[in-house]
Amino acid sequence: MPANHAALPIDILEQRSHRDARHERLFRWLLKGCALIVLASLLGAAGATLWGGREAFSAFGWHFLVSSAWDPGNDVYGAVVPVYGTIATSLIALLIAVPISFGIAIYLSEVAPAWLRTPVASAIELLAGIPSIIYGMWGLFVFAPFFANHIKPWLTNNLGDKPDDGKLSWAAEHVPFVGKLFGSDYPFGASILVAGIVLAVMIIPFISSVMREVFQTVPTRLKESAYALGSSTWEVSWDIVLPYTRSAVIGGIFLGLGRALGETMAVTFVLGNAMHLSASLLDPGASIASTIANQFSEATGLQKSSLMALAFLLFVVTFVVLLIARLMLRQLARKEGR
Amino acid sequence: MLTSRKYLTRSARFAAVAAIAVASTFGVAAQATDITGAGSSFVYPVMSKWSAAYAEKTGNHLNYQSVGSGAGIAQIKEGTIDFGASDAPMKAEDLQKYGLGQFPIVVGGIVPVVNITGVQADQIKLDGVTLADIFLGKITNWNDPKIAALNAGLTLPAGKITVVHRSDGSGTSFNFTNYLSKVNPEWASKVKFGTAVEWPTGVGGKGNEGVSQYVRQIKGSIGYVEYAYAVKNKLAWVDLKNASGNFMKPSADAFAAAAATADWASAKDFNLIMTNAPGAQAWPITATTWMIMYKTPKNAGNSKVAFDFFKYALENGQKAASDLDYVPLPAPLVSKIEAYWASEYKH
Repeated sequence: MPANHAALPIDILEQRSHRDARHERLFRWLLKGCALIVLASLLGAAGATLWGGREAFSAFGWHFLVSSAWDPGNDVYGAVVPVYGTIATSLIALLIAVPISFGIAIYLSEVAPAWLRTPVASAIELLAGIPSIIYGMWGLFVFAPFFANHIKPWLTNNLGDKPDDGKLSWAAEHVPFVGKLFGSDYPFGASILVAGIVLAVMIIPFISSVMREVFQTVPTRLKESAYALGSSTWEVSWDIVLPYTRSAVIGGIFLGLGRALGETMAVTFVLGNAMHLSASLLDPGASIASTIANQFSEATGLQKSSLMALAFLLFVVTFVVLLIARLMLRQLARKEGR
Repeated sequence: MLTSRKYLTRSARFAAVAAIAVASTFGVAAQATDITGAGSSFVYPVMSKWSAAYAEKTGNHLNYQSVGSGAGIAQIKEGTIDFGASDAPMKAEDLQKYGLGQFPIVVGGIVPVVNITGVQADQIKLDGVTLADIFLGKITNWNDPKIAALNAGLTLPAGKITVVHRSDGSGTSFNFTNYLSKVNPEWASKVKFGTAVEWPTGVGGKGNEGVSQYVRQIKGSIGYVEYAYAVKNKLAWVDLKNASGNFMKPSADAFAAAAATADWASAKDFNLIMTNAPGAQAWPITATTWMIMYKTPKNAGNSKVAFDFFKYALENGQKAASDLDYVPLPAPLVSKIEAYWASEYKH
């Protein structure tokens, strides 16, 4: 009430505005502190792993990055095998998970009947909450044996360069790399491909729930206009929904990728843990996280330092991946001409 | 409704008071002494059984963390625990440097296990050199003449051999690779031995459980696990030729024979890895776990309780150990350890 207001002495008003300004400053400092904690923990973790790995870096120098040896007996270590394993399994996971998640999200936001949407959406969120060890157990006890008995023989015989009967298939002979990628004479499931598939199952809930949420933000007006012009559901999804939500979708994909890169337990169970570099996706391998989980408790001296150095490399790999994502987004924004 | 709720509240309050009273009673009992140890996962099952029995008898609690031998040694060096437990003995100079002493506590056997169609436990025989050649990737098929030469009368099917090893650093791997190094010069020079090595071939399973699982899944595989896991998972184990040339079945007696015939007399601080033990009836890959303690403890009270616990374990814990497929130390070794306590430790 203005009349009342005017009745207040001027110095009280001034005090109040001083107090407000002070509170405002305090609040701003608090917020800044919260944000700085993130930065400090990031730098702290990166710094700690780099410091822990200094012995390894100084002992091997650049060799650490290009050597595929991991030989505790002779104290020689290199990062190529685990770094390759980490990137390969995560890429396979993305290749499988992204199209499937897109399908799930489009179905739930565009196609599914209303009564089905909420239960399926909650089911996806529940899936996202399952601890990774469960996926690991499932991979080891159920999926890897199934893969070894039913899928792997077909892959090695029809695509690989080491088929059982010795006769190369057309694909193995004529398409470059395919023979190498699918050739294997290990008779078991645990491999880079299986780890990628298990990771895909793990990250599908993440990616698809993000996609579903952002697809729902697309204004009905836009979609209905497109339908009115005769677009099919596919055209609406691909030409209206996806471009509208592109940056959020890419954000969701990288959330999934981040999880795949750092996943430890599930991968340790199904990757086979062999410290050998092999071109084949059907051979066992190792990832950075699985190597650390496997060896850290018993490691001493240079081996421990090398594991810390690996942890630092995982930081670097994740950082590079995020950087690429940022650049990609910027490129896309520029193309849109905004 | 109202009265019943009131009643419920009152009874709940009474229950809470009672619970606090009970808890504080136990709290007082628990304050007797809590000792902490950490290290080897190999001894974890028997440690927890012993500590439960010991707590029942004396009221003193043992908190044993199965964090791995390396971590156990690191923690005892920092003095954050009362004793460490390691599957590999510490070197004499390290013990000297930190003022530590060590002694074995229990014995266990490590057995090679196979998955070959039609082959049961105790049917296939190997010697150390051949076993190492398989793990080196030099023998790649079950019908190899070197394997056939050791197995007259058993026809092994042709089939690729898949080696299964531990992916994690472990005392089991330490003792297994130590044995291979002792019997096969090529292994000794190329791969050496340790809790983790660069395996020339094969796939890695996490823990004894992981190796057992892979061996069960993969036809034509060979791996190595602690005896208890081979028994529990009904895996087909291999008979091994020991240092005196006899083919042995893995058994508690054979593990005990290895512990009894190992040359403890000339091993300072029990620094002896007893693989390839000389006894006629000894199982060649027998292992023990060492307890590591300060000779002049920082917390004398805790240290005293720890020794009391170990005494209890060595003298009364045999049954608990054999129930879990460990082997109690033979009596002469126990008296040797007790003499070591008296002469080396201040407590």
